[in-house]
Amino acid sequence: MSAPVYNFAYLDEQTKRMIRRAILKAIAIPGYQVPFASREMPMPYGWGTGGVQVTASILGPEDVLKVIDQGSDDTTNAVSIRKFFTKTAGVRTTTSTLEATVIQTRHRVPETPLTENQVLVYQVPIPEPLRFLEPRETETRRMHALSEYGLMHVKLYEDIARHGHIATTYAYPVKVDERYVMDPSPIPKFDNPKLSDCPALQLFGAGREKRIYAIPPYTRVVSLDFEDHPFQPYRHDAQCELCGAADSYLDEVITDDRGGRMFVCSDTDYCETRRAMGYAAPASAPKAEPARD
Amino acid sequence: MYVAVKGGERAIENAHALLADVRRGDRAVPELSLAQIDNQLALGVDRVMCEGSLYDRELAALAIKQARGDMIEAIFLLRAYRTTLPRFGASEPVETADMDIRRRISATFKDLPGGQVLGPTFDYTHRLLDHALAQASEVPPAATAPASDATFRSVTDLLADSGLIEAEDAQDGEVGDLTRQPLSFPAGRDLRLQNLARGDEGFLLALGYSTQRGFGRNHPFAGEIRYGEVEVEFFAEEVGFAVPLGTIFLTECQMVNQFAGSGTQAPRFTRGYGLAFGQSERKAMAMALVDRALRARELGEEIGAPAQDEEFVLSHSDNVQATGFVEHLKLPHYVDFQAELGLLRQLRAEFAERGDDTESSDTPLQDAAE
Repeated sequence: MSAPVYNFAYLDEQTKRMIRRAILKAIAIPGYQVPFASREMPMPYGWGTGGVQVTASILGPEDVLKVIDQGSDDTTNAVSIRKFFTKTAGVRTTTSTLEATVIQTRHRVPETPLTENQVLVYQVPIPEPLRFLEPRETETRRMHALSEYGLMHVKLYEDIARHGHIATTYAYPVKVDERYVMDPSPIPKFDNPKLSDCPALQLFGAGREKRIYAIPPYTRVVSLDFEDHPFQPYRHDAQCELCGAADSYLDEVITDDRGGRMFVCSDTDYCETRRAMGYAAPASAPKAEPARD
Repeated sequence: MYVAVKGGERAIENAHALLADVRRGDRAVPELSLAQIDNQLALGVDRVMCEGSLYDRELAALAIKQARGDMIEAIFLLRAYRTTLPRFGASEPVETADMDIRRRISATFKDLPGGQVLGPTFDYTHRLLDHALAQASEVPPAATAPASDATFRSVTDLLADSGLIEAEDAQDGEVGDLTRQPLSFPAGRDLRLQNLARGDEGFLLALGYSTQRGFGRNHPFAGEIRYGEVEVEFFAEEVGFAVPLGTIFLTECQMVNQFAGSGTQAPRFTRGYGLAFGQSERKAMAMALVDRALRARELGEEIGAPAQDEEFVLSHSDNVQATGFVEHLKLPHYVDFQAELGLLRQLRAEFAERGDDTESSDTPLQDAAE
């Protein structure tokens, strides 16, 4: 039994090469899910193994890494993944969106607009947007090959018929470059517009399902909708009670057991940066009304 | 008053320190050694090696110790270590006919060349708690006989001599490896068997059981189960011949199943195959049942039961994948939940606005959806 010695960023170079080939193919066919030989990672499946493998494969010693979960740098899983790369790659880490060259994320796109020098790596649980309509991979691959997306539109139509709205609020399906329907990972649909025409490269890694896909920079990404039911991003009708932001996605925090609650930015870096710039809670900030039950 | 959630990093470190503390437990109780786990929890080590896909008793024992006896966690630890190891190639096929037999039984023939060898087994014990084991005890060494030099041909080989069972032709070409190539469907039998060998014992047990209860029935007989030591050889390009790497313990199960035949082929028994590291009979038998069930397509049988559904079985057999995804629900889902909450409040507000006539308007809404 010998003590293991790990390569830079954990994965061996052969594995990185294999993953980079999958990434290149994914960039060449925007929105197409490229199968890759996902490795067993020292963190559980479903906890970001796909994103970690993509990050490990593109990371260089000069990179500055930011890891967020739910928009925050300080949630347990983000901390754990950031520590993993600090330990195995020794790269510099940051919580600043502006400063980072590689950002690994779970469930959010940063509020601060990304630049051409950045790569956003998404952790993806179920890469197949058609999965919950058709459980079989053999079928869904065929549907993608034939651009047979009628089923998805029927599903969205049925939502409207039943609820009066499209009832998908996160992991809202998009069409990439007018060809592939793609799952943007479980980001709230508030973030969907940020995917389109984004200067940064966006990579998506699904470890358990062994798929990588990509949105190259400046690619058109359209959220699926109908002419009479256009796509509408959702955010709570409130301002952040820490920084007063009226444009950021908000987390609702329950403050007591009598229905008290407050809204704060989900993107902690965005919120902290604004507060450092002198923004504060609006003096007249109305306390959020108790939910109508 | 709410304070922005900070301090995750320190909380994690403290949680890990607490884990290390409870792992050790009462300091007055002697600490487990790896040799104790390897020797006295040997079947647990076997299972962890098998589903962890790494034959190393010491590392498996370490994983069990580190995982506090949580087998799936131990399997996960071993897998995560295995994935970092370089791969030189595939061994030559092991010759189980040359196995140094510890146990060999057949349920299809009362006696056969080589005989029935019971070996160490729970099979005929009464499952009564043995309170004598609660204390340290002196166990006299068991009587043994020298191993036979004879080659034990398998029951299925004997049946194959007379054409009563389908021939298993050796296949040339590279063996698939689903840890190096993503699985795609339909999958070849090599990949199916690899998947099952790594698959969760409980999952395969339930699937195998379901075939016995009529969900994809295939009339199995345990043609033979053997457990013992085999030599592993590796063809070294540099020297031009196969060199022995060492020996490993294996359990092999050859299931004999009901017939297949056609206009051009006489009816014959079909096979299901199971192979596992160490002494893992339950696993090997369940694997053989599921292997046979998954051959439904190849044998022209109707596919209807879960155990026959290749995509269902192969996509859900891996317990490291399964536990990761089930347990990831513990991770925060704040932002998605907020999005759902927003929609639900909107729907409820609209519902309230519709007021009393909602009862009657409910029905046409339902219909429109269907």
